[in-house]
Amino acid sequence: MSILGIFQKRNSSAVARDRLQLILAHERAESGRPDLVIQLREEILAVIANHVAVEPDKVKVTLERGAGVSTLGLDIELPLGVSHKLDAKLATKLAQVAAKGGTKKAA
Amino acid sequence: MAKVLVVTSGKGGVGKTTTTAALGAALAQGGQSVCVVDFDVGLRNLDLVMGAERRVVYDLINVVNGDAKLPQALIKDKRLDGLHLLPASQTRDKDALTDEGVARVMDELRAKFDWVVCDSPAGIERGAQLAMHHADVAIVVTNPEVSSVRDSDRIIGLLDSKTAKAERGEEMEKHLILTRYDPMRADRGDMLKTEDVLEILSIPLLAIIPESQEVLRASNVGCPVTLNNPLCAPARAYADAAKRLKGEDVPMVLPTERKSFLDKLFMRRAA
Repeated sequence: MSILGIFQKRNSSAVARDRLQLILAHERAESGRPDLVIQLREEILAVIANHVAVEPDKVKVTLERGAGVSTLGLDIELPLGVSHKLDAKLATKLAQVAAKGGTKKAA
Repeated sequence: MAKVLVVTSGKGGVGKTTTTAALGAALAQGGQSVCVVDFDVGLRNLDLVMGAERRVVYDLINVVNGDAKLPQALIKDKRLDGLHLLPASQTRDKDALTDEGVARVMDELRAKFDWVVCDSPAGIERGAQLAMHHADVAIVVTNPEVSSVRDSDRIIGLLDSKTAKAERGEEMEKHLILTRYDPMRADRGDMLKTEDVLEILSIPLLAIIPESQEVLRASNVGCPVTLNNPLCAPARAYADAAKRLKGEDVPMVLPTERKSFLDKLFMRRAA
């Protein structure tokens, strides 16, 4: 075995140990709630759907397990023309606020 | 339209996952689009051998159940364009995989890739049968050791009776990959020879993978051996196997480690 080979071997076993420690820590923590990511995605999408019509296919979910934390990434394609829906919602809300203000004044 | 391979063995620990990763990567290194699929529900490990364990979001069962679409569940390899992984679920039991659901996902995969390589769980139960059911070609992984050869024989029986191809009355194409082969011990008569295994199992030989420290090194760092060190003996053997699967005529030689200049120098000094 060459000198380089010796270094490679030591390196690869250290990498193996670090990778295992990291992934097992995550798996032990996740064992009670395996569907957490699905639940988070559904709830976040439900909130967004209040304002924008999102196609479920146009949602990219990524997860990166790091030391001590996981990073959840949501890449959501917002179609053009959704502002109508948002505008309509805002208009209703404004009207409600206005109506409330009106009744207050009247009282 | 993809060709679907199943990597199977009956016995555990003979190198199915290593072979799936190495063959998948070798096919992708040849410029084709490949998806490796982990069927080992509850004990997934292909993600770890491929180095994608930190990025798993959805798995095969999520796609079968409709919790996620196939493209959302596929993990793209960061090193090799065209290589993708569909991981197995770590937690739920294998009864969650329905026959219809798996058939639908396999159809989708077929339409999307040039090659689909399914990593079978060990054993001969439902999980292993589900992994082989939709295959066009079976890769039987065997060690030159009595229990492995016997279990491979049982698996060959299942491939000829329990697969969709067998049910249609067609013959399943089967190939043998002999792993952890040590020519020195075989020559000394301390290990089953290639000819012995081939005679007993009577299926054609696809590759002989020599016993090598490079296999463990590659799995340590989470990289298919054909990608981690393409010049090492097992990587060249897997690369040749991939070429044969594509229909190329590659002569069968047992790859040996190429000694570097330093190796030769040290060997000579020591001798």
